[in-house]
Amino acid sequence: MIEKNNALKHPLSGVGGKQEYTITVYTENQIGLLNRIAIIFSRRKINIESLNTSPSEVDSVHRFTIVINETEDVVRKLCRQIEKQVEVLKAYYNTNEEIIWQELALYKVPTDIIAEEVKVERLLREHGAKAVVIRKDYTVFEVAGQREETDGLIKVLAPYGLIEFVRSARVAIIKKSDGFHKKLNEFEYKEPGEDASENEFLNQNESVFSM
Amino acid sequence: MQTLEKIKETTKEQSPKAPLAGGGGAISISGSVAVLEALIAENVTTIFGYPGGAIMPIYDALYDYADKLNHILVRHEQGGIHAGQGYARTSGDVGVVFATSGPGATNLVTGLADAMIDSTPLVCITGQVFAHLLGTDAFQETDVINITTPVTKWNYQVTDATEIPAVLAKAFYIAKSGRPGPVLIDITKNAQLQIFDYEGYTKCNHIRSYRPSPIVRKEYVEAAAKLINEAERPFVIFGQGVILGKAEKEFKAFIEKAGIPSAWTIMGMSAIPTDHPLAVGMLGMHGNYGPNLLTNECDVLIAVGMRFDDRVTGRLDKYARQAKVIHLDIDPAEIDKNVKTTVPVWGDCKETLPMLTALVEQKVYPRWLQKFANCRDKEQEKVIKEELDPTTDILTMGEVIKLVNELTNGDAIIVTDVGQHQMVACRYAKYNQTKSNVTSGGLGTMGFALPAAIGAKFGDPKRIVVAVIGDGGFQMTLQELGTIMQFNVDVKILILNNEFLGMVRQWQELFHEKRYSFTDITSPDFVQVAKAYRIEGKSVKERKDLKGALTEMLNHKGSYLLEVMVGKENNVFPMVPQGKGVAEVVLSKEEV
Repeated sequence: MIEKNNALKHPLSGVGGKQEYTITVYTENQIGLLNRIAIIFSRRKINIESLNTSPSEVDSVHRFTIVINETEDVVRKLCRQIEKQVEVLKAYYNTNEEIIWQELALYKVPTDIIAEEVKVERLLREHGAKAVVIRKDYTVFEVAGQREETDGLIKVLAPYGLIEFVRSARVAIIKKSDGFHKKLNEFEYKEPGEDASENEFLNQNESVFSM
Repeated sequence: MQTLEKIKETTKEQSPKAPLAGGGGAISISGSVAVLEALIAENVTTIFGYPGGAIMPIYDALYDYADKLNHILVRHEQGGIHAGQGYARTSGDVGVVFATSGPGATNLVTGLADAMIDSTPLVCITGQVFAHLLGTDAFQETDVINITTPVTKWNYQVTDATEIPAVLAKAFYIAKSGRPGPVLIDITKNAQLQIFDYEGYTKCNHIRSYRPSPIVRKEYVEAAAKLINEAERPFVIFGQGVILGKAEKEFKAFIEKAGIPSAWTIMGMSAIPTDHPLAVGMLGMHGNYGPNLLTNECDVLIAVGMRFDDRVTGRLDKYARQAKVIHLDIDPAEIDKNVKTTVPVWGDCKETLPMLTALVEQKVYPRWLQKFANCRDKEQEKVIKEELDPTTDILTMGEVIKLVNELTNGDAIIVTDVGQHQMVACRYAKYNQTKSNVTSGGLGTMGFALPAAIGAKFGDPKRIVVAVIGDGGFQMTLQELGTIMQFNVDVKILILNNEFLGMVRQWQELFHEKRYSFTDITSPDFVQVAKAYRIEGKSVKERKDLKGALTEMLNHKGSYLLEVMVGKENNVFPMVPQGKGVAEVVLSKEEV
């Protein structure tokens, strides 16, 4: 019979704890690429917490921002698989400390309640909410911020009849990044410079060569 | 419909001053003609395919290209793609496959998955419904691009004929460069029919977002050489990367200078002659005893163009923990994927191996090699002797392979299916030259061998092709006998019939208390089946007839089917049982 105590370590399950990682992927703008990237996660039964696609600082280059909760080992392997896709230029992963990130949330609340309750107005101001649309029947507020901030306002508004709530995917800027302009130039050449084919082992020389 | 040449001639006659393709100007041709012109420009000579509604314009154009492109009509699209794989594996070129939309395309999926995991270069062209019908559930419409995304290196849907030349150039470049793989191009019917201004075909050699092989870093090669030079018990394990990189010579030079014993994965087999003095055998679940056992005794493990498949490593936390690992691979994603590397040598091994050879010291390791020899002796005594020279009347698969070796002098291409016969053939086959072993390694696709053997023959027509197939796998794709008949493909079909789905039965015997759940398989009279396809054949049950029958098969002009009735409940050993480490390799069922 099949051994029960034979809990094999999945090759993807590395050491170290899970935490939030933000993966930034620079790509060509190609139909079907979203699927190619998404299935890299779903094949390994890894949930994507947030996914955003947008233009990047470079004309014609697209930028994906993907948030997952995993160990660094898994994230590194995922990035290599992503980078392997023909239309992907480069994939980076970062912890929350290494990025500036924001999400945008919209809240629809009945206008009459806000008008009547002075407290609500104060709360909205405290949370940095901006009115986007004010109509007779409802008002839409927006808050840009991190998860706790946008979540915080839901709790606040709930007792006053929050009609609708929606939050965007995360967008993130990598603190250390110099952008992609220079890199792209390298990719245009047949023989790229070392920068285009970064070798992470080289950057961690000592830790790798444990001879 | 006409060929480009004829179109050019007519254009010349009608308006002698009209500029022609190649002469700097454009010429009006259909998307279908552009597809075929692309194939010719890529030096394609053979196509395996099956027509259907949505690919009819391409087939119509093909009618005028019959003298330039040899189209082999298969009997099922799966047969077509496996033939394409066999072709790619023996020729070293890209295999080309045509199929229609819907079911034609979905029938390619198994072959695409097989080619993906075994890094086989393919370009598959599928027809698709008219662009305006996409998403309407049109007749024979399937979302082929999304179905095939996980099993292709790249895929693309063409809806406008003007894209065809550039897309096909890209397809061939991607399929064969870097770590090869299958590419699928889905072309809507309107694009095939569309007449457009053809500007000629330009081969692709650069895509900005695609790095086929990483830059070689000298410091890593130096670090690797240092490790090797300091090693006392170095061990080389190599995979198909050596063959795909066309680096057989470079590899041989490396191991010969460094004097390192070398074992192959099933996919790396035949990259060096099997009787090379440093060849110590095959790795893997049913590989040789020494290579498995001694993986856990070496001090430096040098992996060349292989990907540490779980069938090779066994239990990972018991795999080569004592060794420093050097991994040469063209695919950066393979580094550290399964086994933590001490020194990664990224790059094409055709380039990195000579750099390494230059830096390693000329050495021999007689005591270390002797360990392999001792293991070999033990395996010989406990397994090989009885398999190759059985003491009972029951025929073994091993003795059949041994005779094939003798009769072909190790010059044949051996194509195997999947299961016990595959393991036995790969364990005992002798090879003198590269690209001789064609098998479904990663995916383990039963039904692979017969169609792959057809492709293998077209890929290297001068060599003898022997398809070794089990009774189960043969019944999965035996319709391809029709292809063999129609195109007179000289394939020797060797069925090793044990009247069981043998490998599953072996596991049931060893791990499921002999509960033979649906592994008892009944077969038709294979010789009669072959006869129905006008293929000569014979079945043998007794040892005294075996050599004569094999000789007859090999000497027969044209295809031939030989069925050998082998022991029903023979097992393949050695074995690294699932969930066990490589050093826990066993030589008999008593040890399991």
